[in-house]
Amino acid sequence: MVQQLGQLPMGWLLTALLVFVVTTGFSVGRIRAERYLVSGGHKFHSRGNYHGYYVAMWGLLPTLLIAAVYVLFSQTAVFGLLNSELPEGFHTLSKAELQSYLEAVAGAAKTGGYAGADRIFATVTSRFLELSGSLKAATLAAMSLSAIGGIAYARRKVAPDFRARLKVERGAEAFLFLCAAIAIATTVGIVASLLYESLRFFAQVPVTDFLFGTRWNAQTSAEFGALPLFFGTFMIALIAMFVAAPIGLFAAIYLSEYASVRTRRYMKPLLEMLAGIPTVVYGFFALLVIAPGVRAAALGINSLLINIGVTSEPFLAAQPTSALAAGLVMGVMVIPFVSSLSDDVINAVPQTLRDAAFAMGATKSETIKQIILPAALPGIVASMLLAVSRAIGETMIVVMAAGQRARISFDPSTDLTTITVQIVALLTGETQFDSPKTLSAFALGLVLFLVTLGFNLIALRVVQRYREKYE
Amino acid sequence: MNNPPETSLQSEKALKRLRRRRAADTRFRMYGLAALGFALFSLVFLISAIAWKASGAVTYHVVKTDIVLTPERIAPDGNASPEEITRNIEGFYTLVRDDLFARFPNAGDSLPVRQDFSALVDRLAVLPLARRVARHPSLIGQSVTVQVPVSDDVDLFLKRSSPRSIPFRIGAGAQISPGQGGGMVLTQPDLDSVRATLTALGEHDGVPSVFVTSQGAVARLSDLGDEAASFELLAGDVADFGGTPLKGLIVTVPESRRTISDLQIAWALALRSEGVIRRVPHTSLLTRTDSTYPELAGSLAAIVGSLLTMLVTGMVAIPMGIFAAIFLEEFAPKNRLTQLIEVNINNLAAVPSIVFGLLGATLLLGTFGLPRSAPLVGGLVLALLILPVVIIAARAALRAVPPSIRSGALAVGASRMQAVFHHVLPLAFPGMLTGAILGMARALGETAPLLLIGMVAFVAEVPSSTTDEATALPVLIYSWASNAERAWEPMTAAVIVILLALLVIMNVIVVMLRRKFERRW
Repeated sequence: MVQQLGQLPMGWLLTALLVFVVTTGFSVGRIRAERYLVSGGHKFHSRGNYHGYYVAMWGLLPTLLIAAVYVLFSQTAVFGLLNSELPEGFHTLSKAELQSYLEAVAGAAKTGGYAGADRIFATVTSRFLELSGSLKAATLAAMSLSAIGGIAYARRKVAPDFRARLKVERGAEAFLFLCAAIAIATTVGIVASLLYESLRFFAQVPVTDFLFGTRWNAQTSAEFGALPLFFGTFMIALIAMFVAAPIGLFAAIYLSEYASVRTRRYMKPLLEMLAGIPTVVYGFFALLVIAPGVRAAALGINSLLINIGVTSEPFLAAQPTSALAAGLVMGVMVIPFVSSLSDDVINAVPQTLRDAAFAMGATKSETIKQIILPAALPGIVASMLLAVSRAIGETMIVVMAAGQRARISFDPSTDLTTITVQIVALLTGETQFDSPKTLSAFALGLVLFLVTLGFNLIALRVVQRYREKYE
Repeated sequence: MNNPPETSLQSEKALKRLRRRRAADTRFRMYGLAALGFALFSLVFLISAIAWKASGAVTYHVVKTDIVLTPERIAPDGNASPEEITRNIEGFYTLVRDDLFARFPNAGDSLPVRQDFSALVDRLAVLPLARRVARHPSLIGQSVTVQVPVSDDVDLFLKRSSPRSIPFRIGAGAQISPGQGGGMVLTQPDLDSVRATLTALGEHDGVPSVFVTSQGAVARLSDLGDEAASFELLAGDVADFGGTPLKGLIVTVPESRRTISDLQIAWALALRSEGVIRRVPHTSLLTRTDSTYPELAGSLAAIVGSLLTMLVTGMVAIPMGIFAAIFLEEFAPKNRLTQLIEVNINNLAAVPSIVFGLLGATLLLGTFGLPRSAPLVGGLVLALLILPVVIIAARAALRAVPPSIRSGALAVGASRMQAVFHHVLPLAFPGMLTGAILGMARALGETAPLLLIGMVAFVAEVPSSTTDEATALPVLIYSWASNAERAWEPMTAAVIVILLALLVIMNVIVVMLRRKFERRW
């Protein structure tokens, strides 16, 4: 019986129960308010609907809390209980093995396909079903009780002079605030989880070794010198900016100063399409088209140099994946990040400055170079910073086209690895974060977060200052 | 009549300077145009390269033949339960293979030949047939038409994409006579073009193979003399070579350096000329799930996984983002806390997406113990990721509603909450929705965070709930792109086209919404 409860589809039940509580609460409150109205003579402060909302709110609040606690912690709780009941032999298992065993149990319990398995597994699974079944039943009972309690409490308050609307509006405002506060909660969550795991990492590997070590070999041996990763990230971002900075800036200048209104209307969305293409598509493109092209070019240069006798060894590494290929494609990807914001700031330069320059006899290009660009410089710098931050944090292009080898080399045709590539390589397929190997990914993530945050903060500050100047 | 004094502005030097300045002006303008041109060229190049690659996956080759489902093969021990039938893939496979093999009585029956032949169709390709029979056991004993995809090597060869092959024709002047060992000799052949091609190709680790075909018979060139060329027969017999002109094919890569053997090529060509192997639309790309064999793989599971993920993302991020925007724009008092939230939102918009993946891995999987690889977790992570986008767009939409609407509502006695929810929100809603769709489009293409929460697992079953193991379209693109076989390239490109098509549809909806509801106050 209890075991069968374990198979309950909780997702649907919870949703249905919540919907039921809300509709019942609303009807209860409203009907009670209407009854006063029908009996006549009463002048209500709030309309019937608000009494309904009020009662529904009181029904929903405790139920929702219980449901949230259940959704977030039920698995952990059941595993914990089950864990304490497991027979002696299980205590020799490592934490990771135990976890995967328990997950297998949960999976088997869900599909019901454990009848043929060995006896211990089947027993554990049926016990798991019993435990989760009782938890589910208890949760549903608690939710129903609290809903009834909440609704009953709120129903008693419904009266002609009860200010239901004010209460409901205050509740709604609190809810709106909570939604806005999610942004803070997310940041706190990011910082806390990155810091927590990084500190665990730095307890095992000294910070200085991590930041200044030149050998990175996290997969096979415990070498955690992240300098080659920083170098690779920097190198690829630099190549990307070599492409994106001039092209983005000139495209912005052309669009804001030269192009007709019509051209601008069609060209700007087209340019911004570059930012809307998923990065995994860029990665595939880099891998399929650009990387072989870069390799062929590097091989060509090699044989040319050998033929004219400059060197006897191949000069360039000419790897199948290369920093140049990833950098070039990433450059194309960040063009719109440069051009959009630059375009905005160039447009924000007051027309009077242009008119004054033209009146002095300056040509258009002289006006742009000597008046507009200096005036817009802070904004342009900010757009570049944002683009750099985007290039540093970009993952898929480098994962697919930059390579895995951590090293410091200025040869653009060689394969380099970056912070993001290593995070993906270290964490893909990992379930437990307790070895230095997996923890190092969080240290890398922390560095990535701090660096991009720094760039963003500076850029945002610059843009804000700049806006104030011309407004 | 006195000439005006020559000013410095008309001197030779000044004119030269003016010309130089004007030239600089034109150059500068050209730089801008070139930059814009480069950006657009990149866009077009990217899209056309992928579309061109994807065109190779629009059709594929299948074997279509009638076989009799003999009970001995399908249920060898008399057990015709659906499970046993589905498990007995070998039996179905043998039926299909033997049916095809029977068309080549001259092939001999040695084990290597059989193994070679078996590689034309992968074993798992008959799984849908087995499932069909398991569902309708009455089919046992009947004759059915089956359609199974050929292996990726054969498919690529027949599409002429790998190994590369060059077609040629032999004129009617050649005489055919039987040669030694069941072979064939062409006298007076017009093979100059073949000779030229072979010379041009050279002999790196072996000689390129040359085939001639006619009505289901295929022969390979064994000796090319000046007067006569001898061929050895690989499929069919000499009698089939009645009608010249013959069609020929030079396979440029020597046999030792490719994954498809000369015999397999001969069988594939023969089967194709008999109409057994035919090219059909590649619908299985949309109707099947992932597989380790490219010709059997499809993107259905990933499409459904993406939809489930988007469902979670949309249900969390859209209402939450809109409510947050309403609070910040309409109710927030100007204090430190509000300012902190504002700064936070702007910063979160620029945090690398992979960091959100780290957050999901520790907090959602670790602390809360939510299931790995599930659309629920993926959807929540992506919801946090696009929340700033949704909030910023929704705030812009609220700001676009003129204050007079609010004042009017307040003036007739509405509360602030009523003014916002009854009057401002309906007007701002289309704008909010466009922002929300753009955010969803971003979430749909996002890959990195999903990798970290394990949505990169191989998923062979269509997920049915948000807690099942699932993968998503961009992750499928990533994992297919990392496969080594050439056949995955067009498949990957085709999935990219599907993904881009979904994104285009979302953007078109945005444009249409804007057109319909755009309003100047």
